[in-house]
Amino acid sequence: MSRRIDAQGLYYKELNQLVRQAFSEGVTEVLLDNVNGQRYIGDGISGDGSIIIHGTPGNDMAAYMNGLQIVVHGNAQDATGNTMNEGTIIVHGDAGDTVGYAMRGGEIFIKGSVGYRVGIHMKEYMKKNPVIVVGGKAGAFFGEYMAGGILILLGLSGREGYPIVGDYCGTGMHGGVMYIRGQVEEYKLGKEVKIVEMTAEDQSILERYVSRYADYFGYDKEDILAQPFSKLIPYNKRPYGNLYTGV
Amino acid sequence: MNIDFRTPEYSIHRDGVRCTNCRICVHQCANEAHIWDEKQKKVLADDIKCVNCHRCVLTCPTRALSIGSYPLEFKPNAHWTPHYITSIFKQASSGAMLLAGMGTDKPYPVYWDHLLINASQVTNPSIDPLREPMELKTFLGRKPDSLKIENGKLTEKMPPQLELETPIMFAAMSFGAISLNAMTSLAIAAEKMGTFYNTGEGGLHSSLYKYGKNTIVQVASGRFGVHTDYLWAGSAIEIKIGQGAKPGIGGHLPGEKVGLDVSLTRMIPEGSDAISPAPHHDIYSIEDLRQLIYSLKEATDYSKPVAVKIAAVHNIAAIASGAARAGADIIVIDGFRGGTGAAPLRTRDNVGIPIELALAAVDSRLRSESIRHQVSLVVAGSIRCSSDVIKAIAIGADACYIGSAALMALGCHMCQKCYTGKCNWGIATQNPNLTKRLDPVAGAERAANLLKAWSHEIKEMLGGMGINALESLRGNRLMLRGIGLTEKELSILGVKHAGE
Repeated sequence: MSRRIDAQGLYYKELNQLVRQAFSEGVTEVLLDNVNGQRYIGDGISGDGSIIIHGTPGNDMAAYMNGLQIVVHGNAQDATGNTMNEGTIIVHGDAGDTVGYAMRGGEIFIKGSVGYRVGIHMKEYMKKNPVIVVGGKAGAFFGEYMAGGILILLGLSGREGYPIVGDYCGTGMHGGVMYIRGQVEEYKLGKEVKIVEMTAEDQSILERYVSRYADYFGYDKEDILAQPFSKLIPYNKRPYGNLYTGV
Repeated sequence: MNIDFRTPEYSIHRDGVRCTNCRICVHQCANEAHIWDEKQKKVLADDIKCVNCHRCVLTCPTRALSIGSYPLEFKPNAHWTPHYITSIFKQASSGAMLLAGMGTDKPYPVYWDHLLINASQVTNPSIDPLREPMELKTFLGRKPDSLKIENGKLTEKMPPQLELETPIMFAAMSFGAISLNAMTSLAIAAEKMGTFYNTGEGGLHSSLYKYGKNTIVQVASGRFGVHTDYLWAGSAIEIKIGQGAKPGIGGHLPGEKVGLDVSLTRMIPEGSDAISPAPHHDIYSIEDLRQLIYSLKEATDYSKPVAVKIAAVHNIAAIASGAARAGADIIVIDGFRGGTGAAPLRTRDNVGIPIELALAAVDSRLRSESIRHQVSLVVAGSIRCSSDVIKAIAIGADACYIGSAALMALGCHMCQKCYTGKCNWGIATQNPNLTKRLDPVAGAERAANLLKAWSHEIKEMLGGMGINALESLRGNRLMLRGIGLTEKELSILGVKHAGE
C-alpha cells in the first residue's frame, strides 16, 4: 500500500507525524512530494517500508532509523543517517556534512559528493557492518574516529580542481576499512591510517557495492572498477593505548 | 644504576601477633599488595601497590591490618609539594598524561560549607515532619507559560515530566566505567525510592530494561548503544555535552574493559577502544543542539523529556540560556568537583567552576530572561549530604544527582583508582572475580537507605524552616545566609551574609 503526501508548507513535526501515522496504518511506501528542508524524515522509524522523497530533505534524515529504505530524488543535507541502525538510503544528488555519523548498520549510497566528517565514528557490531558509498568527492575528516564499517569513495563527479578527499582522512580511525578510487596522497591521511594492498576479498566487497551504486545511478560498473583503488585501514585498534599514566 | 623514582604512597602495617597468615588479604587485594611468600610461609606486603581502599583492613578476620601514609618526606617546600615532585617523576619516566579517578581532591572553596540554613522561631511555626504531611515530590520537565483551567480541570496538555518522590537521582555512570552489579544496585534502589538512575553513555544492559520506568538513558558523542529500543526504554533522554570532572574533553574506555557484556551493551566489537569524541560532531552551535534535542523528541514521539548535561564552565549562564531556548526540558549542570571513572588529572583539577556558583548564575539568568519555567535544573558534582541538597534547592535547583555519594553507599572508599579496573569493591571494574563482591540486592538496600535517610533529614530541615513542600524552597534564597564570603561571592550566590 502506498500513500502520497504533499510536504509543501508543512512543518517538519506535522510532516513526520503523517509519515509515522502512514506506517502505523500499514502503508508500506510513503511518497513525499515538494519536500523543502523538513528535518528528521524517517527519524527513529523501524520496519521494512520505504519513503520516496522528491525535493530536498533537511538535516538528520533517517537518524536512528531502523530498517526503512529511503530514496531521495534531490540532495540531502547534514547528518543523514545519524546513528542509523539498519536500512538503506539512496540519494540521487549530493549530501552535506557528517553523513552516517556513528552509524552502526545499514547502507547509504550518495550519487554525488559529500561534505566534512562523513562516516565519522561509524561502527560495526556483530553481523552489522555499515556501508557508505559516495560517488563524487568528500571533504576533510572523512572517516574520522571510524571504528568499523566500510567507506567507499569513487570520485566520479564533484567540484573540479578539488581533490577526491580532503585533509585528515581517517584521523583517529581504529576500525573498519576505506576504499578510495585512485591514489590518495600520504599527507592527506590521518596519522592512524595506512594504505595497504587490496586482497581478493576486498575486490569482491568493492564489486558488490560498486555494482549496486552503478545500478542505482546508471553508471557502468566495469568503468568504475577499471581504475585501481587505495585501501585504507587503521594501524591498530588501540591508537591511544599509551597516552596515560596513573597518579 | 637505573633507579625507579616511584615511592609508595601508603604503608601497610601488619600486626605480627594478630596475623594468622590466613591469606584472605592476598585473595582480596586485586592490586597484589599482599603477597604469600612460600619460602617464609608468611604474608608479606608490597607497599607500592597499595591504593588504600581498605578492602584488606575490613576483611581481615583478626584486625591485624592498618594502612597509613608512607613515612617518607621531602624537604618541606610550600611550592614544590610532594604531589608536583612525584608527578614530574612519573611523567619523566612515562611521557604520558596523568590520569585520575573520582572528583578533584584539591582544597578549592566548598561554598556549601559557607551557607547556612534558616529556621523558624516564634513568628511562624516550624513543622514536625514525623507527624505532619511533608511533600518532597518533584516534577522535572518543561512547564507551560500559563495554566488553562476549565471547570476546575487543567485543560492544557502538560509537556512530559519526570515524577520524583525525592529530589535526588543517581548520576550518569556508564556500564564499562562501573560494573553491572553496581548499575543494577542503583536501578533497584531508584525503583524502590521512586526516583531515577542514569545509564551514562555506555548503553543499557539487556537485564536492566525492566527498570526502564526509573531509567534516564544518555546519548553522548560516541552514541554507544543508542538505538530506537534504547531511546524508548527510559523515561527521559539525556544528551551529555560535558562532564564536570573533564569539561571539554571526550571519554575513552580502553579495549581491555570492553568484554562480551560491555560490547553487547555498547554495541561495539569486543576488545575495541570505545572513544567518545570531545564534541558531538553534529553539534557546533545552539541551533545544532536544538537539532539533536528534536531528533530525539521526534524519535520518541515527543513522549519523553530531553535533558542536556553540561559541565559548569565560565560562561555557564549564557550556555544554559541557549540550551533552554534550544528546547531542553531539563538542564543538568555538573560542577568541577564531579566524579569520573577516568580523567586527565590536570583537567580534573583545574578546569571548570564550582557548582554552587554555576547554579546561582544559571538560575538568576534564566529568571531574568523569564524562561526559568521552561526548563528544570538538576545539579551534580559534589553533593555530599542532605544539607547540600537543601542548599542547592534553595539556590534554585529542582533536583540533584549524586554519583560519588551513591558509589560510597555501595562500598566505594574513594581511593581514586577507578581507571585501573582493579576496584576491590566490585564497583569500577569488569573483572568477574571482583564484581561478584557487590551483591546488587544488598547494594540496592544501601543506596535506597541513603536516599531514605537524606529524605528524612531534608524533611526535618524543611519543617524547621516552617516549609511543608519542597516546592516552596525552590529558589528561595532568603532561606540561606552566607558565612565568611566576600561581597562578590554573596552577590553571585544571591544570598545575604549571616547577621543581615
